[in-house]
Amino acid sequence: MNTARNILEAIGSSLVLLLRSIGYLPSLPRQLGRVFDYAFHIGYLTFPIVAILSFFLGAVLALQTGYSMNFAGGQELIGRIVGLAVARELAPLITAFLLAGRVGSSITAEIASMTVYQEVDALRTMQTPPERILVMPRLIAILFMMPVLTIVAVLLGWFGGGVVAQHVEFIGLDPNVYWANLKSVTEFKDVMNGLIKAEVFGFFVVLIACNQGLITRGGPREIGFSVTRSVVTGMFLVLLLDYVLTRILM
Amino acid sequence: MAETSTTPVGVEVKNLSKSFGQQVVIEDVSFDVKPGEIFVLMGPSGAGKSVLLRHLVNLEKPDAGQVLIDGKDAADPATHKAIRTALVFQAGALFNSMSVFDNLAFYPREHRLYNKSTLRDKVERVLKILHIEDTAKKLPAELSGGMRKRVAIARALVMEPQLLLYDEPTSELDPVTAANISEIIGTLKEEFSVTSIAVSHDRDLALGIADRVGLLMNGKLIALATPEELAASTDPQVAEFMSPKIDIQDPRFRKIS
Repeated sequence: MNTARNILEAIGSSLVLLLRSIGYLPSLPRQLGRVFDYAFHIGYLTFPIVAILSFFLGAVLALQTGYSMNFAGGQELIGRIVGLAVARELAPLITAFLLAGRVGSSITAEIASMTVYQEVDALRTMQTPPERILVMPRLIAILFMMPVLTIVAVLLGWFGGGVVAQHVEFIGLDPNVYWANLKSVTEFKDVMNGLIKAEVFGFFVVLIACNQGLITRGGPREIGFSVTRSVVTGMFLVLLLDYVLTRILM
Repeated sequence: MAETSTTPVGVEVKNLSKSFGQQVVIEDVSFDVKPGEIFVLMGPSGAGKSVLLRHLVNLEKPDAGQVLIDGKDAADPATHKAIRTALVFQAGALFNSMSVFDNLAFYPREHRLYNKSTLRDKVERVLKILHIEDTAKKLPAELSGGMRKRVAIARALVMEPQLLLYDEPTSELDPVTAANISEIIGTLKEEFSVTSIAVSHDRDLALGIADRVGLLMNGKLIALATPEELAASTDPQVAEFMSPKIDIQDPRFRKIS
C-alpha cells in the first residue's frame, strides 16, 4: 500500500515539477549561463563512457551476428543489422541508461543535498524558485545534449561493428560491403527515430532525477536512498517509454 | 524587480495552528511584533518555534489562523515580493558550491538589483560591518561555526530586508561567539532599518537584546513580556525555563519516566 502511494506521489510531484518548470520558460534567456554549465557537465560526465560503450556494443553486435551467420552464410547482412539496431534502438537506450547512472545520480545527489541542508529553502526565501534555476535549465540542457550524445553513440556503434566485421577472422567482411549494406537499409528516418527516443528518455531521466532530489526528506542517509531511487526509476521508465515509443514510431 | 520600500514592517500572528499528522506543533498562537522591534521567541527544543518562523517566510502553510506582515498574508507569495523578508537559518544554509562573496551577491544578482560595482560595494560594506572581509573568497566549508553564522547574517543583510528572521542564531556556538552574534543582532538597527524576530532558547540573547520576548511551550504561547518582566516572572513554568536548577539528587528525566 505504501509502495503504491509512494509511486503515485512521485508521479504526481514529477508532473507538478514539470508544469512549474515549463512556467519558468520565459526566464530562459536569463538562465542561459546555467544551461551551458549544465550542458557541459552532462557532456563531460557522459561523453567518454557513451563513446566507449557504444563502440563495444556495435562491435559485440557485429561479432554475434557474424558468428550466427557463419553457419548459414549472408554475412553481408551484418551491416544492415548493426546499422538499424544501433540507430533505432541501442544507441538511444544505452545513452539513456548511462545518463541515468552518471548524470541522473549526480543531479539527485546535488539537489537532495541542497534540500537536506536547507539550501533549497534558502532559495525559496530569496524568491528564487528552485524550479527556475535548478530544474528548467537542466531540462533545456539535456534537450541540447541528448542528440549530440546519441549521434556519437550511433556513429561509434557503427564504427565498432565495422572494425569487428573487417578484422575478425571468421567474418572477414570487406569494409565497403559493410558500409554499403548499412547505408542500403538505414535511412535518415531511422536515425531520427533514435534521436526522438533519446530526447524523450533524457528529458524524463533528468526530470525524475530533479524531482527525487527535491522531495528528499531527512538526512544524509536519505540522500543515498534518493540517488538509488532516481537511477532505478529512471532506467525503468526508459524501458517503459522505449516500448511505447517503438510502437508509435514503427 | 519592482522597487521595494526599506522601512521596517510589523508582524501579526493570529490564532495560528499547525499539526503534522497527529502531532500538534502550534496551537492557537497569537502575538504581534511592532515595526523596528527586536522580538525573541523562546522555548525549549521541539516547542514549535522554528515551525512558527517558517510560516513567516511561507515555507509552511498554517492549518488555521493567519500570519500578516505589514497587513499582508504571509502565505501569499506576492507578499514576499512586495516586502523583503530574510531568514537566517540555524545551520546557515549557505550555498556550499559558492564562495562567501557569491553567497552574499546571490540575491541581488538573481533579482538584478544593482550594477557590478554597486553590488561589490554593497557586499563589501556588509562584510565590513560584520568584520568578515577576509572570508570573501572562502567556501562555506572552510569557515568555523561562528563565522558561518555571521556570513548567513551578512547574506540576509545584503537583501536589505524589512523583516529579518533568525532561527537559533546562537545555537552550537561557544559563549563568547554567541555573545558576539547577539551583539550583532542587537546593534543592526544602528545600520539597517529592520524588524528582527529571533527564535532561540538562549536566555542571554533574549534578555540582552530583545525589546519583547514570547515564550512558547508545547505549541502554546505561555508568556509575552519584556525581558525584565520575564526574568522576574513567578509563573512556575516560566521561572523553571528561565532559571532551571540542576538537581542530580532528583533529576527531571526520572520524574518524567
